[in-house]
Amino acid sequence: MKTIAGAHKANAPQREQSRPVVLIRDLIAKFNEYPLVVFAASLILLLAVAAIFAPALSPHDPLAVNMEESLQGPAPKHLMGTDQLGRDLFSRILFGTRISLSIAFATVAVCLVLGVAVGAVAGYLGGVADDLLMRLVDIFMAFPGLLLTIAIAGMLGPSMQNLMLAMIATSWVGYARIARGAVLSVKECAFVEAARSLGSGGARILIEHIIPNIVHPIIVLATLNMGQTILSIAGLSFLGLGAQPPAPEWGVMLNEACSFMGLAPHLFIFPGLAITVAVMAFNFLGDGLRDMLDPRFKKEVEI
Amino acid sequence: MKSSLLAVRNLDVSFRTRAGLVRASNGVNLDIREGETLALVGESGCGKTIIALAVMRLLVENALITGEIRFRGRDLLSLDEEEMRNIRGREIAAIFEQPASCLNPVMRIGEQITEAVMAHEQCPKREAKMQAKEIMETVGIPAARYRSYPHEFSGGMQQRTMIAMALAGRPSLLIADEPTTALDVTVQAQILDLLKESALKNNTAMLLITHDTGIIAEMADTVAVMYAGTILEQGSIKSILKNPRHPYTTALLGAIGEGGLRPLPGTAASLCAVPPGCPFHPRCVLAREVCFRKVPELISVKGRKVRCHYAGRSKAVV
Amino acid sequence: MLVEAKQLCKYFHGRGRKGGLIKAVDGVSFNIDRGECFGLVGESGCGKSTLGRAVLRLTGATAGEVYFQGIDLLALGPRELKRLRRKMQFIFQDPDGSLDPRFTVARLLAEPLRVQGENKATVAARVAELMEMVNLGKELLCRYPHELSGGQRQRIGIARAMALTPEFLVADEPAASLDLSVQAQVLSLMKTLQRDYSLGILFISHQLKIIRIMTQRVAVMYLGRFVEVGRTGEIFSRPLHPYTKALLAAGPDPKRKQEKRKLLLKGEIPDPSFLPAGCRFHPRCPYFEPPCAGVEPALADAGGGHWVACHRYR
Repeated sequence: MKTIAGAHKANAPQREQSRPVVLIRDLIAKFNEYPLVVFAASLILLLAVAAIFAPALSPHDPLAVNMEESLQGPAPKHLMGTDQLGRDLFSRILFGTRISLSIAFATVAVCLVLGVAVGAVAGYLGGVADDLLMRLVDIFMAFPGLLLTIAIAGMLGPSMQNLMLAMIATSWVGYARIARGAVLSVKECAFVEAARSLGSGGARILIEHIIPNIVHPIIVLATLNMGQTILSIAGLSFLGLGAQPPAPEWGVMLNEACSFMGLAPHLFIFPGLAITVAVMAFNFLGDGLRDMLDPRFKKEVEI
Repeated sequence: MKSSLLAVRNLDVSFRTRAGLVRASNGVNLDIREGETLALVGESGCGKTIIALAVMRLLVENALITGEIRFRGRDLLSLDEEEMRNIRGREIAAIFEQPASCLNPVMRIGEQITEAVMAHEQCPKREAKMQAKEIMETVGIPAARYRSYPHEFSGGMQQRTMIAMALAGRPSLLIADEPTTALDVTVQAQILDLLKESALKNNTAMLLITHDTGIIAEMADTVAVMYAGTILEQGSIKSILKNPRHPYTTALLGAIGEGGLRPLPGTAASLCAVPPGCPFHPRCVLAREVCFRKVPELISVKGRKVRCHYAGRSKAVV
Repeated sequence: MLVEAKQLCKYFHGRGRKGGLIKAVDGVSFNIDRGECFGLVGESGCGKSTLGRAVLRLTGATAGEVYFQGIDLLALGPRELKRLRRKMQFIFQDPDGSLDPRFTVARLLAEPLRVQGENKATVAARVAELMEMVNLGKELLCRYPHELSGGQRQRIGIARAMALTPEFLVADEPAASLDLSVQAQVLSLMKTLQRDYSLGILFISHQLKIIRIMTQRVAVMYLGRFVEVGRTGEIFSRPLHPYTKALLAAGPDPKRKQEKRKLLLKGEIPDPSFLPAGCRFHPRCPYFEPPCAGVEPALADAGGGHWVACHRYR
């Protein structure tokens, strides 16, 4: 059935048959219909710039102790004030951005590769392989994240690396399940059968046809996961299980701010704000991407 | 002489989209008399479903509709929603192509029909249930299957359920939008037979929308051929099938025939990019300069109306 | 003989409570010669799509044999099968779904050549040739399937199938999802290709008027079995099996208005996991007699290459 688009979410004029986003250029074309996504993406870009150019952008050394200037409020010299050891908060926030974003990114990347590999293979092979792999996934899903992190931290000592390990161990399964589900549905598509009729083997089909076509839900998951991971890093570091002082990590900073709540509220306002902004930005982006990529979220009229 | 039931005059339906104004229907005139069947024929994307939705006033908010849709003398476009709701389902009922998606999957078939009866008859549930079972028998669903769920029914049975629900309000006009396209050939024959019988028995008029030129011969009294939102030829079924006067009609009827394949060049015009002048001219072997410039008028020729610059001159030989 | 199928069977296991065996294809035999278009007609659930796939070994066969140019297809190892795939191709019903939405037209047409290890240098030239073969302009090479019309997509499907110059095609309802005016174009193209390349084609369709034009011989299929086989002209002018008669009557024909009512079948196609006893068609047959529910009729020779499986013709 031919369709034409309604007023709200119409598509590029020259196409007779509108289709959900298939390529990057379709995505970019759609951007201007989703102002929230543009906003979120801009924010993330800003954070990324802050993270990458932290050394250049920081007015002071984040670790430089200066007791005479301790616990000062925001002022021209220290844009966000100083903490109890006189360290510039703004610089620490910038470097904190670097830590949070890079660790989160690394975690999500490893989870993605691992999860998609396992899930895609399980979904594609089916049968016994599928059952075994999914039981493995079930085992990992059974672990409560917080307890696992505490256990690992307890066994191996609290550090950022061990935090990453714990987070990867609990998060990769989400990707596996999503990938498997997506593969199961793409596997039934006619173009997969067409590839087989040409003589393509299993691995070739998986890599050339199936994986590229399961990108959408994976991207949405990864984006939303970034937000969750940043929050987890901050939260667990706050509890002392991840980054350790004097690292300028947001959660650590929040922890240190506890003792000075009445005296220097800026010590927890700014790190808190940073966490909120980062997580929100990724959440908005993830939700927006989900809407943009979902073929059902279109207003169309059948002719 | 049967009285006029539905008279559509100069119906223009447009949609405000980012691509600009899209005209889905352009000066459409249709007439259906009591008990008659009009077949609205065209390929996908020509705008025929829009006409059906316009008559039922089921179009989206950003649709601009001008013209008249006179049902028993009343202009449906001038009614407010409540008055329209009284007509919808009761006087004018509709069935669509995919019956499975029109049925509530978690409600039993019989109950859905009963619900339809209750909506129109204002009677207690027990009576409605009895009526529902009667209607079921009429459309060929054994009363024993009252408690079945939609997914337990085949496509043909689901469409029979839709027909039952449509007939519950004893409508005077039934709009059938591609009712058998999704069904097997032998089941299609059964359903069409059922529709024809019900129409005759209850003196129900029918607006049959289809792209299948084969079924209109046995079903319709009059036919209108639509292309890119415009009616190109309309009139009695006998005269048009025997002697089509528009090149498009001739091409549609003869594309795959006993004589072999006679393909039509090009692709059907999209409503987003209707060619200027006569919308069919890019694909017409008879196209001349005037066809590019001017939209042809609807002229009466030999018992039907044709929209072609060649009309009245000679038989359109393609 | 190009393709020969002997007692081909494909059974599926039903799921859930039903659990029974679904005999999608149940003992089908036929042969197709070079340059011949053999039609397969039937409604949903008759197994024609499954048969088409089984003949090309796109789906495994439960029993029976398929010979392609004398080679036992079902016994081949993976490497030989891949090589043989060059000679036999499949045209899918849904042009939209059978083209990877992320591949450009150029990549789609190049895929069979790459998979079969063709020389990279020749690929581009061959792709250009294929576009010309199906009357599509070169400017479409960088487009994606969703930017093309239904007719164009189906031509790409045909071009892709022709890429390795096959000798045998299985076309599964190639015109079904297309507009009427475009159907004729695509079918006309197929006819030309068949003639120019002496292709053997197994043409699957539920539309009799298309079968009539495209095929030289046709088999009518119902619930996994052939009920009638013969030359197309013969089947259309002298149908013997009640199901064939009903199919023909149900099809569009303004002249046969009166006869149609008598040939309206009762009921619907039964659930394939619960096959009727005896003749599978008997519950719906207007000529039913008690013996029909007892023994299943085999295909019997009615003369002149015309075979029918019905107790009324012995």
